[in-house]
Amino acid sequence: MSVISYLIPISLVLGGLGLWGFVYTLRSNQYEDPDGDARRILSDEWDDHPRP
Amino acid sequence: MTAVDPDYLRHQTAVCPGCAAGPTEPVKDAPTEARLAISLPTIHCQACISAVERGLNAVPGVRDARVNLTLKRALIEAEPEMRAADLIPVCEGLGYEAHELDLTALSATEADKAGRDLLLRLAVAGFASMNVMLLSISVWSGATDATRDMFHWISAAITFPAILYAAQPFFKNAWSALRVRRLNMDVPIVLALVLALVTSLWETTLSGEHAYFDAALTLTFFLLAGRYLDHRTRAVARSAAEELTALEVPRALRLRDGVEEEVAVSDLREGDMVLVRPGGRMPVDGEVVSGHSELDRSLLTGETLPVATAPGDVVSAGEVNLTGPLTLRATAVGEETSLHRLADLVAIAESGRSRYTSLADRAAKLYAPGVHILSALAFLGWYLFTFDMRTALNIAAAVLIITCPCALGLAVPAVTTAASGRLFRAGLLVKHATALERLAEVDTVVFDKTGTLTEGQPELVNLDQIPEQDLAVAAALAAGSAHPLAQAIAKAARAANVAPAAVADLREVPGFGVEGHWQGHRVRLGRASWLGAPISRQTMTWLDLGSGAPRGFGFVDALRPGAAETVAALKASGKSVLLISGDSAPAVQDLAERLGLTDWQAEAVPQDKSARVQALSEAGHKVLMVGDGLNDTAALAAAHVSISPASALDAARVASDIVLLGRDLTPIHAACGVAQKATRRIRENFRIATLYNVIAVPLAVAGLATPLIAALAMSTSSITVSLNALRLR
Repeated sequence: MSVISYLIPISLVLGGLGLWGFVYTLRSNQYEDPDGDARRILSDEWDDHPRP
Repeated sequence: MTAVDPDYLRHQTAVCPGCAAGPTEPVKDAPTEARLAISLPTIHCQACISAVERGLNAVPGVRDARVNLTLKRALIEAEPEMRAADLIPVCEGLGYEAHELDLTALSATEADKAGRDLLLRLAVAGFASMNVMLLSISVWSGATDATRDMFHWISAAITFPAILYAAQPFFKNAWSALRVRRLNMDVPIVLALVLALVTSLWETTLSGEHAYFDAALTLTFFLLAGRYLDHRTRAVARSAAEELTALEVPRALRLRDGVEEEVAVSDLREGDMVLVRPGGRMPVDGEVVSGHSELDRSLLTGETLPVATAPGDVVSAGEVNLTGPLTLRATAVGEETSLHRLADLVAIAESGRSRYTSLADRAAKLYAPGVHILSALAFLGWYLFTFDMRTALNIAAAVLIITCPCALGLAVPAVTTAASGRLFRAGLLVKHATALERLAEVDTVVFDKTGTLTEGQPELVNLDQIPEQDLAVAAALAAGSAHPLAQAIAKAARAANVAPAAVADLREVPGFGVEGHWQGHRVRLGRASWLGAPISRQTMTWLDLGSGAPRGFGFVDALRPGAAETVAALKASGKSVLLISGDSAPAVQDLAERLGLTDWQAEAVPQDKSARVQALSEAGHKVLMVGDGLNDTAALAAAHVSISPASALDAARVASDIVLLGRDLTPIHAACGVAQKATRRIRENFRIATLYNVIAVPLAVAGLATPLIAALAMSTSSITVSLNALRLR
């Protein structure tokens, strides 16, 4: 049963990472324009380097 | 505003300029950059985004331009002296329709803080409940002794901070209700959460078997989901409504020592000289100092026919100048204008609306005390039966958790979200939370005439009686005027493939008509009195080819698309349909006959309209009012539920529960059907939730409920309710 002492912290950390990721995307306004973001991937405008 | 397109004006710009045009702008000291917004209704793909962004970024002075496809809008950061008016031609040059948006009217959309806050809490509750559920399942599968205790302790460590953060909206609402000695839906929720946490912690310290940590978290998660859906629906409607308001930018041309300057309407003062170009709306109440023109007063009074105006006449804010430039001396500005005073009538009538209690409130009124009494009785019964505080408290908590209004909290928002989404796609914007429920009860529909059933745009009717040559000359003359009747002639000529004749020296005589020279004769197109023609009851304009025998052009007000079908469909579904208008009796009678309406009333002043609606309501009818003008606002607010078209004045749109976005009226009848279906679904959902309670509550009271049963009952009922709502899409 000692494996639980690894597994529980691991599951918590992984879940926490997911939560942190969600909070990050929410804080950086990534849900403002879902339609536009879905289309922008088709553009080759900033393929070489990210938009300054 | 230089381009004169009355059609555009009626359908796109619809803010009442008299309402001081939004909040007064804060004093800015030397702005370092300008933020501009442009509405781009026709963009739809990646190529559009790239083209607009590249085009705008190439304009000198633009620092950054970004297109938001979801909102169909471009946001631009530019040098402080940049104006949106400079960028509109750029977008139009690229082939996209573009309109300036007033950013001050869009402020609330920009940062949807409340929605983001709810989403964050929802995420925390979801994360925590998944983790705790994992541990709980191990316990239910048979973990015992030290393992079970450890799992319970870890669950407690996750649950307490998570609930403290995520359930804050419920704590706040419950507290504000309790402070004024009231009960709302949040009081039993908070009580259930607190009781569940306290008993579970107590059980855990005593190495007990039953802990409800997972139930408390799932409860929070489902309830937050309901709140978020509710907020989202409301936010979408609000942002669309704001966009309509932002489309008319409140600016006016002020004349100072003969020099024109563009200023915000809120900066105008009494005594200022204001220039209103043809096609422009009066920003203030005032007196005409110079210029002759005609005014479209349909939004204020419901009159279709333009009214002539000359120096010395008094004009009111909200009227549209049609033919010649006018200079006004402002006599009342901002909140002093008659437009604003009329709009204030709405606030008085509005109070009638708040008397409606929604289905959810009615359910809560039955539910909240019922649950408290039930769990108190369970506690008392078990305490008297066993004299064991722990068992009694445990059972009381189980009763509260199982009856907790998960499904109730989702029952209404899930349905209204689905229904509002469906109606939005059909072109209807549901602004008010209980609008759908009220719409479902409607049995009487009252229509306004001008601008609602009709376009407010005249249509030539006696085309077949007019020789082609006359039409060609009339079309040439009509091209020189922005007057609605002239526009109608030009449109009819284009439709009949008649090319305008070669008329020279076109000159508009404001207030009378247009004249010019054709084949050596002086030709005139204009009002009867100017050409010496007989005055008739029908809307007419006259053409004189120099012979002294004028030829008449007759007009009727064109029906809005779908008007006849909508009226027929509403009547077929057993509703009585009325027409009440401020226009003259012949015009109203004519329209009523065209639509097959028997019940109509003409020359109604605003008070008549609202009085009639109130009389109908007192007679027990549920009235749907559809109207667009300022003269309708009181009636819109007094009605059980109200709809206004997007072309309506801002005041009318604010007073109504639902806004019709397109020009077609047919969604109105469809909306009644959707509303009835939605209400049926809400009732079904309440029944489903009750059914689960009827099964689970006896188990809980009998002390047989385990955390597993609680979790199952709660999740299944919530999911069933949501799926039932989805059937509406």
